[in-house]
Amino acid sequence: MTRWLVLIAAVAAILLGAVALGPAPLGVGDVWRGLTGSAEGPAATIVRDLRLPRVLLAFLVGGSLSVTGAALQALVRNPLADPYLLGLSGGAGLGAVTAIALQLTSPWAVPVAALVGAIGAILLVYRVAVVTGSVLDTRVLLLGGVVVGAFAASVMGAIMALSPAPEVRNALMWLLGSFGRASWQAVAVFAVYAVIPLSMLYGLARPLDLLALGEEPARFLGTDVERTKRVLYLTASALTAVAVSLSGIIGFVGLVVPHAVRLTWARLHRALLPAAFVVGGALMVIADALARTAFAPLEMPVGVVTALIGVPVFVLLVRRWAS
Amino acid sequence: MGELIVRADAVWFRYSGAEADAVRDITLSVAPGELVGIVGPNGSGKTTLLRLVLGVLQPTAGAVEVAGQPVARWSRRGLARLVGVVAQREEPMFPLRVDQTVLFGRYPHLGPLGAPRRHDLEAVQNALDRCDVADLAERWVDTLSGGEWQRVRIARALAQEPKALVLDEATANLDIRHEMEVFELTARLVRQEGIAAIVVTHHLNLVARYADRIVVMDRGAARASGSPGDVLRKDILEEVFEWPVAVTQWGGVPQYVPLRRDESGADRAATP
Repeated sequence: MTRWLVLIAAVAAILLGAVALGPAPLGVGDVWRGLTGSAEGPAATIVRDLRLPRVLLAFLVGGSLSVTGAALQALVRNPLADPYLLGLSGGAGLGAVTAIALQLTSPWAVPVAALVGAIGAILLVYRVAVVTGSVLDTRVLLLGGVVVGAFAASVMGAIMALSPAPEVRNALMWLLGSFGRASWQAVAVFAVYAVIPLSMLYGLARPLDLLALGEEPARFLGTDVERTKRVLYLTASALTAVAVSLSGIIGFVGLVVPHAVRLTWARLHRALLPAAFVVGGALMVIADALARTAFAPLEMPVGVVTALIGVPVFVLLVRRWAS
Repeated sequence: MGELIVRADAVWFRYSGAEADAVRDITLSVAPGELVGIVGPNGSGKTTLLRLVLGVLQPTAGAVEVAGQPVARWSRRGLARLVGVVAQREEPMFPLRVDQTVLFGRYPHLGPLGAPRRHDLEAVQNALDRCDVADLAERWVDTLSGGEWQRVRIARALAQEPKALVLDEATANLDIRHEMEVFELTARLVRQEGIAAIVVTHHLNLVARYADRIVVMDRGAARASGSPGDVLRKDILEEVFEWPVAVTQWGGVPQYVPLRRDESGADRAATP
């Protein structure tokens, strides 16, 4: 219990620090007064209307991608699975960009289109993986994911280059991720769309423990494997879709965070999932703070930061897994 | 005859697209306190039969009942409270501690969010004790030997508090001592606690010494079925396994010896 309190306190400090950090430097006092509403003026406006929603959205998106990665790793029994490498993010991004190019720009509609894209991607990935034989090889599944993700990204690139809609022109935001468009509305969209899949995922924590053993053991320990897998793919798609439709494709958070949490915190999903959410959220907040301050006033796409951290970790994981 | 745990009645099965039936007209019943062995060459349908009994496959003809109810009507959760399964291999993706692994046996008894209750923890401890792995409880499973890991998985099956235990070549990778320990443990559970056990194995001599009944499968059908003395016969084994054998006795139970090519004519080791 104490370690949860320590974790939450550390994360709260990171969030507050990230609110203070930015092109207009704010003191802890400014942040506090802005948050509590005991002050007016530009500092308070920056805190309340710009920094706070951005930090919150980064936290929620990072958390969601991390629990999605944790669930996918158990589901496909591959430590390298995550929403990005399985092609879910690419499919969601393509769905979102297509919707916007078709003038469906409401922030409430885009996640739905992204969900359609994510589901389409995972179906396609499965088709690719099953072609190699009747038994699903999870290595081929990941390869299929990477290929489908790359394909989706190139179609997105084409749409962005050719579409007259001004909203899709910001290619970097979609392909490499950014919280630059964060707003209170985005936080609200996230909250509404993510609450149900997040709770469903938590409700499936025990079946996830069992699926990590393999489908046969999971079945004989009481899991309705086919139904559970369908629900898990759907929740993973939904969480990826909301995240991508608000902040673009951000890779590797979902890959790295679950492993870090398994090594240091917990391996059973009832503890792993909440811890991965909190840690992944905090990591994304740090990555976003780096992205917007490292070369201020220029801003890097946050996906660049997560990839710079994530790819070396990916290489380490591959080496460990191969041995 | 008391209530049967497993009853398969004239069961047939053919995989879709296959040219021949994988299981042909098998009838099998297992009662509490009974240990039934299933033997046969590779590809003779043993595992398919188990998958039918466990409700993973639906028979193309015939019926399977578990605890008096058609197996298809049980939920996986309901079935997991009745039958514990230990397969030959299982490779954990993210290794856990032994006690965590055995607690999985309680999952069919737990709600999705409820914490384990006292009885669940007692069942885990009890299972650890019975399989002689209590002192390994804090170990990571990837540090266990093959025999220890197999006993841990039997403990997990026992934590389910099942009425039946299914071992599918569960001793295939074990050395003599560990294999014997698994057979001894299974036999003890059957004799003392009235659990029903179905043991699929290639080790005919061992299962002959522990089983009440043995089914010898050949090309999907039961070539012979009955007490070890009835089925471990030279003619049956030679026909089914397509290799010359001699059959001798040990402690009143038949034991077979596979013959070398140059021994088969002489039949020197044959039963006196």
